[in-house]
Amino acid sequence: MAEAKTLLRLVACGSVDDGKSTLIGRLLYDLGTIPDDTLAALEADSRTHGTRGGELDFALLVDGLMAEREQGITIDVAYRYFATEKRKFIVADGPGHTQYTRNMATAASNADVAILLIDARKGVLTQTRRHAFIASLMGVDQVILAITKMDLIGYDKAAYDGIVADFIEVAGALDIPRLAAIPVSGVSGDNIATHGASTPWYDGPTLIELLESAEPREAHRADQPLRMAVQSVVRPNLDFRGFAGRLSAGSVKPGDAIRILPSARTAKVARIVTADGDLPEAIAGQSVTLTLDHEVDCSRGDIIVAADAPSEIADQFQASIIWMSDSPLFPGRRYTMKIGAAQANATITEIRHGFDIDTFQHTPVKQLEPNGIGVCNVSLDRDIPFDAFEQNRETGGFILIDQDTNETAGAGLIHFALRRSQNVHWQALEIDRNAHAAIKNQKPAILWFTGLSGAGKSTLANLVEKRLHSLGRHTVLLDGDNVRHGLNRDLGFTPADRVENIRRVAEVAKLMADAGLIVLVAFISPFRAERELARSLAREGEFFEVFVDVPLAVAEGRDVKGLYKKARAGQLKNFTGIDSPYEAPLSPEIRIDAAATSAADAAEAIVAAISAKIVR
Amino acid sequence: MASEPRLTHLQALEAESIHILRETAAEMERPVMLYSMGKDSGVLLHLVKKAFFPGKIPFPLLHVDTTWKFRDMYAMRDAAAAEHELIVYRNPDAEARGINPFEHGSELHTQLWKTEGLRKALTEYGFDAAIGGARRDEEKSRAKERIFSVRSAHQRWDPKNQRPELWSLYNTRKRAGESFRVFPLSNWTELDVWQYIEAENIPIIPLYLSAERKVVRRSGAWIMLDDARMQLEPGEEPVMKRVRFRTLGCYPLSGAVESEAASVADIIREILDSRASERQGRLIDSDTPSSMEKKKQEGYF
Repeated sequence: MAEAKTLLRLVACGSVDDGKSTLIGRLLYDLGTIPDDTLAALEADSRTHGTRGGELDFALLVDGLMAEREQGITIDVAYRYFATEKRKFIVADGPGHTQYTRNMATAASNADVAILLIDARKGVLTQTRRHAFIASLMGVDQVILAITKMDLIGYDKAAYDGIVADFIEVAGALDIPRLAAIPVSGVSGDNIATHGASTPWYDGPTLIELLESAEPREAHRADQPLRMAVQSVVRPNLDFRGFAGRLSAGSVKPGDAIRILPSARTAKVARIVTADGDLPEAIAGQSVTLTLDHEVDCSRGDIIVAADAPSEIADQFQASIIWMSDSPLFPGRRYTMKIGAAQANATITEIRHGFDIDTFQHTPVKQLEPNGIGVCNVSLDRDIPFDAFEQNRETGGFILIDQDTNETAGAGLIHFALRRSQNVHWQALEIDRNAHAAIKNQKPAILWFTGLSGAGKSTLANLVEKRLHSLGRHTVLLDGDNVRHGLNRDLGFTPADRVENIRRVAEVAKLMADAGLIVLVAFISPFRAERELARSLAREGEFFEVFVDVPLAVAEGRDVKGLYKKARAGQLKNFTGIDSPYEAPLSPEIRIDAAATSAADAAEAIVAAISAKIVR
Repeated sequence: MASEPRLTHLQALEAESIHILRETAAEMERPVMLYSMGKDSGVLLHLVKKAFFPGKIPFPLLHVDTTWKFRDMYAMRDAAAAEHELIVYRNPDAEARGINPFEHGSELHTQLWKTEGLRKALTEYGFDAAIGGARRDEEKSRAKERIFSVRSAHQRWDPKNQRPELWSLYNTRKRAGESFRVFPLSNWTELDVWQYIEAENIPIIPLYLSAERKVVRRSGAWIMLDDARMQLEPGEEPVMKRVRFRTLGCYPLSGAVESEAASVADIIREILDSRASERQGRLIDSDTPSSMEKKKQEGYF
C-alpha cells in the first residue's frame, strides 16, 4: 500500500491548566496539519474566546464542543490525528478535572504510550500521581513525561531535574518500566518538533523523535499465542462455513491446530479467507475469516486459540474495576458483562479493597463510588474464556453494563481465576422441584409485592395467603419486617445493604419455589435492578410482580408505624420515598391501585389473576 | 531499538473498521448503511464488502435524497443500486413544499431534506443502527464522537450522555425507540481515505478530479452549474475553470476549489501540501457558529 507508515496510539494526560490542549495544538501546528482556513478561524477564535490576549491560542484548535469552549475546559475524551513521514498518530485526549478517572481510563485503554504533562511551575501534583496510577493500571507501560511551560520558569535546568527526580520516585511505586522525560513549551514550541535554543542543557530527542521511536504494543502482540474472538459465523451457502474475527494476539497459518473455547474442541485451520484472496498467514490486528478442517460447534462469543496454549476458563475471578456510573457499585447487584464478543451476567460478590489513587494505598470500602477503583471478586452465570489483562487487553478487559439504564457502568481488568470451573459440579438431585410441586398438586410461584412503606403490602399479602390456603394451596410468606429480625438482622438501610437484603430474600424465595411452594414476598424492594434479579432467579412464568401502587401522600397520611414522621424529622435516614428513591415497576404482572381499591377486593383480584397459573 | 509492527497504518485501520462493521451486523436487529456516493461512502462500501466476504452484505444501503445532488452522483448511486439493495428516501414534506437552496436558503434546505429526511427514513423503516462514513478529523465537534453513538427516540445526540468506549468493546444495548449511529471510519483522516482509495483502486465520482467546469463565484467558493435549475444572482457570470471538489453534496451548496489534480495520486500530493481544510467547501458548516454541533444534536449525520 502507498506510504508504509505504522500506527501509534497515544493518550495525553494532564491537569487543568497544565497546557495539554496547547501542546497538542502545537503538535498539529508544527506538523503542518492545520490548514489555512482553520488558522484563520483560529485567529478569529483567539480574539473572542482566547486566553492569550489575542495571540494564537493553540488550545482552541482542540477544544471542540460549545459548552467547553464557553467554560474554557475539556469535558470528554477527544481524538486527534497527525502524521509524520514514518508514522500516523492517534491521540486520545483525556480531560483533567472531574470524571478524570473514567475519561483517563477510556483514553488509555487503547494507548501504546502515555504523554504525561507536568506544569513546570507546579511540579508533581496529586493529579500527576493519579494519571500515572491509571496509566499503569490500564497497562500503558511507556510514559513520556513532558514538563510544560518551561518558558515560564526561565528554562531552569535545576527545577526541571527536581521535577523529574520527584516523578521517578512515583514511577518506582507503580509499574512504569519505560520512562522518558523532556522539557517543552507549547507556546514557543521548544523541543516539540525541533530543539529549542532556550534549553541548550537538554540534548535528548525532541517530542516528535520520542514518539517516532516508541514501540507500538502491536509489535510484540504477534509473538504471543493465537487469540481470536469469533464475531460471527459466515455461511453464505451449504459448502462454506467460516468464523469471522480479528486476531487480538498471535498468528495463524493453514494447518495450525486450534482450540475453540469454552467448549475446548480442537480442529485444524483449513483456510484464511479474505476478500483479497486466501492468506498464507494472519497476524495480530488483522480481521479475517477462518475455515476449519472439519465441522465443529463454534459461534459468536467463542474464542479460537492456539491448541497448545489456550486461555483459561472460569466463572469466578478477581479483577480491578474502574467505576464509571453516577450511582455506586453494590456487591450483589447484577450487571451484564461484555468481554470480546461474549456476554454473561456478572455479580460482584465482594469488594476486597479500594484504592486511594493519591497515595496508591489499599482502602477498605463497602461500595465503589463514581470514579472509584477497587479490586473485586466477580461471579458469572456461565464460563468464559479469558487471559489475565496483563497478558492481553482484549481477552482480559471487560465492561459492565447496567441492566436498567443500559449505561456502561464500569470497566474491569481480570487478574486471575478464583477457582477453575472444571472442578465445580452441581449436585444432581433426584427429587427435583417438579417432584416437590407434584406431591402438593400445584405449580410453584413467587408473588413479589413491592411498593412504598405503608402502601399495604403486608396486609394484602396476608389476605392473599389466607385465600390461597383456603383453596388448599401450600404457601409461605416472607415479610420485610420479619426477615429483617432474623436472616437479615446484620443489614441496615444504606443502599448497599438494601441491595443485599433483597438479594438474600430473592435467593430464599427461589429455594422455596424449588421446594414446590407458592411464595409471597412483601418487601418495599425499591430498586428495579434487584426486582429484576429476583425475577431472573425464578423460572419463566413463575414470577409475578405485584405493584401495590399508592401515592406517597396517601402512604404518608396513613403512617401506621409513625415512620414517615420520623423520617421527615430527620430521625430515620435512607427512608424510601423521603431521602431514598423508589423505582416504580415499568410493567408489573399485577398492579393494584391501593388508594382506590379495598384490600379484600385487591386480594380477590390477585388470586383470580394467578389461579390458572398455579394449577397443575 | 524498538521493533516495528507488521501492519501498515492502512491495514490497521481497515481491520478496525471491519471489526466494527461485523459487530454492528451481529448486535443490531436492523442496521442500514447510509450511502451518499462520496469518497467516504465509497471506502465504507468497499470495507462492508470485505467484512462480510464471501457472504452477502447483511443490510441495505440508504440514500437520503435531496433531488439536488450532482448528476454524476445519481449515476454512481444507480450503479450501486444495480449491485446491492438500495433504498432511496425523499422527505415527502420537503418534496411537497418544493424546498430548494435558492429560495429557502441552505439552512432550511439541509434541515428539511437531510436532517428531517434521515430522521423520517430511519423511523419509517425501523432501522436501529445507521452506519455512516463520518470521521473524527472532519470537524472539531466530531472529535469526541463515539464509534457507537446512541441516539434518543427522537434521534437526538446528547454530547453529555455518551457511553465510554474502552478497548474494542461497544455497548450496543438500547431501549425501545433508541437507535445508534455507527462510524466505522472514525479514526481515518482525509489523507488515509485517499491513500486507501489509491491502494484499493476504489471507484470515485469524476467530480473529485480536476477538469474544466462551468462555475460561478459565490461566498468565496466556486459553484458549478450542474443542471438547468441553477439560479444565478445578479452580477454572477459563469466562467470555465479547472476545478475539483473535496466534498460532494447538493451542487448549489458544494464549493469547488481550483486545482490541477487530475488523478488520485495528484490529490494525495495536493493534500500533503494543502492549506485548506476539507469541509471548507461545504457552505452549510458556516451558517452559524458551532453549526455542525447543533446539527448533530438535531440528528444530522
